[in-house]
Amino acid sequence: MSKIKNKSLRESYNLKPGDFNTERKPTWCLGCGNYGIWNSLKKTFVKLRLMPHEIVIVYGIGCSGNGANFIRTYAFHSLHGRALPVATGVKLANHKLNVLIMGGDGDGVGIGGNHFIHTCRRNIDMTYILHNNKVYGLTTGQTAPTSGRGFKTKSTPSGVLEIPVNPVSLALICGATFIARGFSGDTGHLLDIMKKAIKHKGFSFIEVLQPCVTFNKINTYNFYRDRIYKLEELKDYDRSNLNEAIKKSMEEEKIPTGIFYDIDRPTYEDGLKQIERKPLVDHMIADIDINRLLNRFY
Amino acid sequence: MKVSNISWKIGGEAGFGIMSTGAIFSKIFAKKGYYVVDNNEYPSLIRGGHNAFTVRVSSNEVFSIDKDINILVALNEETIKLHQEEVIYGGYIIYDEDSGDITEIKKARKDINYIMVPFSKIITELGVPRIMINNVSLGASVALLNYDLEVLRNIIRDIFERKGPEVVSFNIKSSEFGYKYIKEKLKINAYELEIVKPVNKMLLTGNDAVFLGAVRSGCKFYAAYPMTPSTSILESFASVENDYNIVTKHAEDEIAVINMAIGASFAGVRAMVATSGGGFSLMNEGLGSAALTETPLVIILCQRPAPATGLPTWSEQGDILFAIHASHGEFLKVVLAPGDPEECFYLTGKAFNIADTYQIPVIVMLDKYLSENHFSYERFDFKNITVERGKLLTRSKDIDAGYKRYLNTEDGVSPRAVTGIDRGIHIANSDEHDEYGYSEDGAFNRKIMVDKRFRKIKKLMEEIPPPKIYGPTDAEITIWSWGSCKGPILEAMNILNQKEKKVNLIHFTYLYPFDGESIEGIIEKSNKNIVVENNKTSQLAKIIMMNTGYRIKNKILKYSGRQFLPGEIVNGIEQIE
Ligand SMILES: Cc1ncc(C[n+]2csc(CCOP(=O)(O)OP(=O)(O)O)c2C)c(N)n1
Ligand code: SF4
Repeated sequence: MSKIKNKSLRESYNLKPGDFNTERKPTWCLGCGNYGIWNSLKKTFVKLRLMPHEIVIVYGIGCSGNGANFIRTYAFHSLHGRALPVATGVKLANHKLNVLIMGGDGDGVGIGGNHFIHTCRRNIDMTYILHNNKVYGLTTGQTAPTSGRGFKTKSTPSGVLEIPVNPVSLALICGATFIARGFSGDTGHLLDIMKKAIKHKGFSFIEVLQPCVTFNKINTYNFYRDRIYKLEELKDYDRSNLNEAIKKSMEEEKIPTGIFYDIDRPTYEDGLKQIERKPLVDHMIADIDINRLLNRFY
Repeated sequence: MKVSNISWKIGGEAGFGIMSTGAIFSKIFAKKGYYVVDNNEYPSLIRGGHNAFTVRVSSNEVFSIDKDINILVALNEETIKLHQEEVIYGGYIIYDEDSGDITEIKKARKDINYIMVPFSKIITELGVPRIMINNVSLGASVALLNYDLEVLRNIIRDIFERKGPEVVSFNIKSSEFGYKYIKEKLKINAYELEIVKPVNKMLLTGNDAVFLGAVRSGCKFYAAYPMTPSTSILESFASVENDYNIVTKHAEDEIAVINMAIGASFAGVRAMVATSGGGFSLMNEGLGSAALTETPLVIILCQRPAPATGLPTWSEQGDILFAIHASHGEFLKVVLAPGDPEECFYLTGKAFNIADTYQIPVIVMLDKYLSENHFSYERFDFKNITVERGKLLTRSKDIDAGYKRYLNTEDGVSPRAVTGIDRGIHIANSDEHDEYGYSEDGAFNRKIMVDKRFRKIKKLMEEIPPPKIYGPTDAEITIWSWGSCKGPILEAMNILNQKEKKVNLIHFTYLYPFDGESIEGIIEKSNKNIVVENNKTSQLAKIIMMNTGYRIKNKILKYSGRQFLPGEIVNGIEQIE
């Protein structure tokens, strides 16, 4: 999370979650897991005393990406799978901003999978919320790279032949420094994770188990309620132990939620001398002297 | 023999410093005010394969390299086989008998002088590394041209100073040896260049000029994925990122590249990317995202022969129709095609101003020939590039409550708030949207927004100059061309003018949007129209046809992966006649 300069503004902060609503009402199906994520996020902003203009959310394309219209912050509704690089550009141009990314599982580990790998290892100070409904929602119910083996969809009527990608395991081996899993049916827990993720300095990743009530009849609210447990409940779980985190992330019978991994590592921005003094966007560019550069060509 | 113009070529196995040797040769003459153009031919390999570097030096203005070589330095036998045809009558080939027996090859050219310089023996005798053969050959070349050895010594000092006095002295000793071998042992005096006004000239490639123009324009974010012939821009940016406060990002692929740049531009900084055709193919979807979100962006497209991997290290102008039609859907973009490094410099400045003023993507097209070869210039006056950011809002107090990012204005351009200021909150939306930026698929709104974005063209067209005309207005023949063909065509025109043939050139640097009306008069008036293009399908002719209905039937096309040489254009024109 970026440091807030304006202290007095912070002290007189009186925003409510509703102040993060736009004039548009959500268009998600009734009961969609996206509502839980939406509510938790707005509350998180209030808890962290963030102002809407200090936040940029970059959205992918999907049901989740349509959230761009419902949350009042700066928003970039990008292309399918391309939210992460757009967010990277935003953050590098102005690292004072709090940058978040929201998108579906198809968006993030399907079409945008390459960016996911590389954004994790870059460790830029941003928060990525992956809405995992294990299906393609917006395109009305085809398989996703996260769908379980045998899952029958319109594009896989005989059942999926591949095994699913596990986004948490992938984030772990790719080098993200804060990795968690939440459930959109438990908004209190999700809020707590989101708060810590945004505060974390470095790339934080949250996989949210998000039931798609319309196209995924397997991974329902009850499916998850029967299976999930919280890592916090384990007495000696060590969030800085990568091997243990990977092992936990692969559990399938019971599904762990909570924070798998949380370490400090210098961020990408920390390594950029050119933005040490001020963000790129604050530089005057009206009359840059290139005499020194021209001299190189003699 | 006093001459106003010489061409020198060095050839050898790739990986043996041919390119740096050639670059030094160019520098020796640019330093003293000569006009210099060079051309580096190399394979897409790191070692092995053939590498050749041509330098043309003149006391009069020159615009391109030429086919005729005065001095060929052959570091191996293959160079003689491949290039001795190019040596002019009475020209010279410097070779070493230790690198192969050439008695047979020599028979083909009894009209030229073969000068044996025992490179290998000299190197052994001096006890210096083998790579110093390059310096021996430079010294020998300077001697053949009766040129000042001190200039070469100074350049060597400048270049190798960092590596310590021993390296400098090895290099200088070797070049002196080569020089003396010609002057004192063989006593050959081949050419002498006419004196020119002594000004220290810059020597730079099109890519260098784009880089300079971008830094001057305040580009703060540069992203790329290495791809010949665009790569040197990435390396240049990386080398100055701390001095000029620029973030240079070598991203995971070109899709990330363009989307990162879009993000940076959305946040308010000037952003640029560069690539070649393959990378540009990957960027196509992103290009449309910049267009629909109305995010300014400058894209440098350094063409190479394609499709697919094509000929990575060679030259072609095959991508113009692709560029003007790039990405799905209908939207406004600008495509520019500078003809030389000076135009690269100023048009890059212009590209940023157009991108910011109209909030559209601007593509600047080069090709390998322009991207990687050096041309000499007097110092650019960078003050001629100004920064115009259009309707950019950077302070909250300039924004009224109820801000609409996509306000439907008369000129189609809406005030654009940077991120992070409280009244500027908005959605930049790659879905069609209403004036606020909310996704909106209503038919009425769609038409309004499409019209709003296209309305920008009116003011834009006023800024777009007509193509530039070179040569007499009452020509017998009018050549139509674009981009880097300019140089060879200007040279060809000189040759034709000497033959008392009046030829002119209509050269396009602004290719899209295309102002058909501005050229209709010229096309109809001219006696004979010919397009000259470095491609197979005469793409400029198609663009002219599309915009004017006029079909230019005469075509001189080259698609061997090599740029035009002036003589080929002269021949082409004479054949058409
Ligand atoms: C390049 C491209 N391919 C395909 C699509 C169509 N498309 C839109 S959303 C989507 C998948 C949505 O699934 P997911 O990312 O999991 O998000 P969800 O809708 O489930 O939230 C697809 C395939 C597109 N917009 N762009
Ligand atoms: S289709 Fe599924 S993911 Fe999309 S809004 Fe409906 S329930 Fe939610």
